[in-house]
Formats: sequence, C-alpha cells, structure tokens
Amino acid sequence: MTAITEPEAELLAHFEHTIDRDQRLEPRDWLPEGYRRTMIRQIAQHAHSEIIGMQPEGNWITRAPSLRRKAILLAKVQDEAGHGLYLYSAAETLGADRADLTDRLINGRQKYSSIFNYPTLTFADVGVIGWLVDGAAICNQVPLCRSSYGPYARAMIRICKEESFHQRQGFELLMTMMRGTQGQRDMVQDATNRWWWPSLMMFGPPDAESPNTEQSMAWKVKRHTNDELRQRFVDMSVPQAEVLGVTLPDPKLSWNADREHYDFGAIDWDEFQNVLRGNGPCNTQRVAQRRKASEDGAWVREAAAAHARKKAQGDE
Amino acid sequence: MSEIKHDWPLYEVFVRGKRGLNHVHVGSLHAADDEMALHHARDLYTRRNEGVSIWVVRASDIAASSPDEKDPFFAPSGDKVYRHPTFYEIPDNVPHM
Repeated sequence: MTAITEPEAELLAHFEHTIDRDQRLEPRDWLPEGYRRTMIRQIAQHAHSEIIGMQPEGNWITRAPSLRRKAILLAKVQDEAGHGLYLYSAAETLGADRADLTDRLINGRQKYSSIFNYPTLTFADVGVIGWLVDGAAICNQVPLCRSSYGPYARAMIRICKEESFHQRQGFELLMTMMRGTQGQRDMVQDATNRWWWPSLMMFGPPDAESPNTEQSMAWKVKRHTNDELRQRFVDMSVPQAEVLGVTLPDPKLSWNADREHYDFGAIDWDEFQNVLRGNGPCNTQRVAQRRKASEDGAWVREAAAAHARKKAQGDE
Repeated sequence: MSEIKHDWPLYEVFVRGKRGLNHVHVGSLHAADDEMALHHARDLYTRRNEGVSIWVVRASDIAASSPDEKDPFFAPSGDKVYRHPTFYEIPDNVPHM
C-alpha cells in the first residue's frame, strides 16, 4: 500500500489512541521517532544481555558435576542464545540491522545488563544465578509480556515460559547442595552473598533517578517502576531463602507490617555506576569473548553465503 | 565482517503447533538459504516440541497490507453489516436459530 500522507499530528493522535485502548503497536504502524529509538535501544540491550548472559554459566558446562547437570546447563545456555535471537528478531521489525547491533555491542556503543559482569566462582553460582538472577529477570519480564510493542511483547511471552525452567533448575540445584556437606552449604551461602546485591541492581536506578521511566510508562513500554519491581522481588525472595536455609546478606532486611512489604538496606549505587561504566570484574573479558566468537565465526558465515550463491546459480 | 552483513537474507518463520492448527508466525531469522533457514528455525523456535511443521519465507517475498485499522484497504468490509448474523432480527420464540 502506498502510504497516505497525513499530517503528523493526526498520525500521532492515532498512535496515542492505540496505546490508550491498550492495543499493541505493530511493525507497519506509524511510530514516533522517539518511541522507535527507545524500543530499539531497550530491545537491543535486552538481546545483548541474553547473549552475554551465556558466558558466566557457559563457564561451568565442561565442569558440571554430573551428566544430568551438564545436560540441564547446556539446555539453559542454549535457551539464552534463543532468547537473544527472538529479541534481535523483534528489533529488526523496527528497522534495526542485527549485524549492526552486534557491532555496537562489541564496540561498546550499546550496553547489556551489568549483572553479567560478575564472575561465576563456584558451581553454586550456577544455582544462584538461576534462583536470583533469573528470578529477578522474571519479575522484570512478566510485565513486558504486555508491552505496547507487539513483536517485543510476543517475544517476551516465549521467553517467560522458558525462564521458569531456568529458575527452578537453579533452586533445585541449590536445595541439592544444601543437603550435602558443610562445604557445599558454605558455597551456596557464599554465592548468595555475592549475587544478592547485584540482583537488586538489575531493576535499574531508583525511580527518582530514572529519567526514562515516566516516558516509558506513558508509552506502556514499561508497566511498573524500577522500585516497584525491586520490592516485589525482595518480597518473593525472602521466604525462598528461608526454605533454602541461607541468609540474605542484608542486616536491615525485615518485615514491615504497615507497608506489608520487606524493608531492605541501601543499595551501593556507586558500585552499579562503576560496573556500568565498564569497571566491573569481567566487563573486558565478556566483550572480548563476544568479539572473538564473532570473528571466529566470520569464515563460516562467508562460506555458507558463498555456497548458497553457487547453488542458486546452479539452479538457474 | 561488515561487508558480508546482508549476505544472509531475513526469513520469516511460521510454525504449525499441532495437526489441525494453522501455521502461525513466530518470528524471523537470518540464513544463507532455505534449507539452513529450516534448520535454524527448528533449533530456534521448536526446542520444546512447539511444532510439527515449519514454513520459512524470505521476508522480501512477502507482500503485506498495513495492519493499521484505519487503512482504507479494509474499508470495503466496514459497511457490510448484513454479512453478520446479528444483522437479522429473529423472534425469541423461534427455536434452534
């Protein structure tokens, strides 16, 4: 269809009307440039997080303690790759180019979740990542299934279905370790201590310092504020920690009967900003490894393209 | 790397969840040719038995209307209320209709 030129005000009114009625925006709809830019940035950052997120756990595939754990971990890391690809696919419906997004990631021009810049020191980290990091991701992602951009919302539905396996395998792994030796229980506690605060940071800066939140809520890209989701995650995690038998490393954590929520201590936002700026324990390594994978795979991509061209010529 | 960027075309992927259902669009991927697109689609979109059949179509081969409901493309069906059963008034005492 040839686009009918309408004054921008009318297009904008239609866009806003679609959002007001809680309908989804689809790839061929007219979108304001700001909305398109915001969505590409958010989806790309999310996709990059899934792809980089393969590394911390992938680190343990060869050293998983049993064939069962190895098969589970392989399937989980493969899922993360899949999630990244669903999301790149959604970003492309907005006019972004997948190879260009990867270039931006490995050149440091686009970010990924700062959580993946922490190292996985023991096998208990695999369990705690499933429990806390994937648990936090689920808190973030479930509301995104109703995001106003259709392809993103649909990708999130697929992803959320698969995340549930990720969280449960992590928790089951930790329960198994907690039934083991004192050394294994100590490993679980140590991993919990290291991952708890970075998991809380996954929800982003506090609402007062999150400049994009208001616009994203108005566009129904985001359905809850960072602090709301963080509180929900804390409230979910405390009883889980009790069942597991670990202590969450926050002396200020306590039930507040008035608020009917758990109070918790102050988050070290300087650490968050520092990791975001590239100074976390593994930032350099993560990006270098992604760059290497891209460069090492280049000949495969070229060979497959050459083969396809040759075959197409032969067919003619 | 950048010079081969567009060498793998974009494919749209459609999966039939089970016998008796339509193929449904699930997303897209890049592949060098049709066969690779099918293999990648299987690996990416049916890791948990989500499908019994896959179609892949080069995105550039799809002709599409705009889904915008204001699109005049769909106007011809807008004024034909008599195509709907509720257009016809039937007394309450007529059974089985």
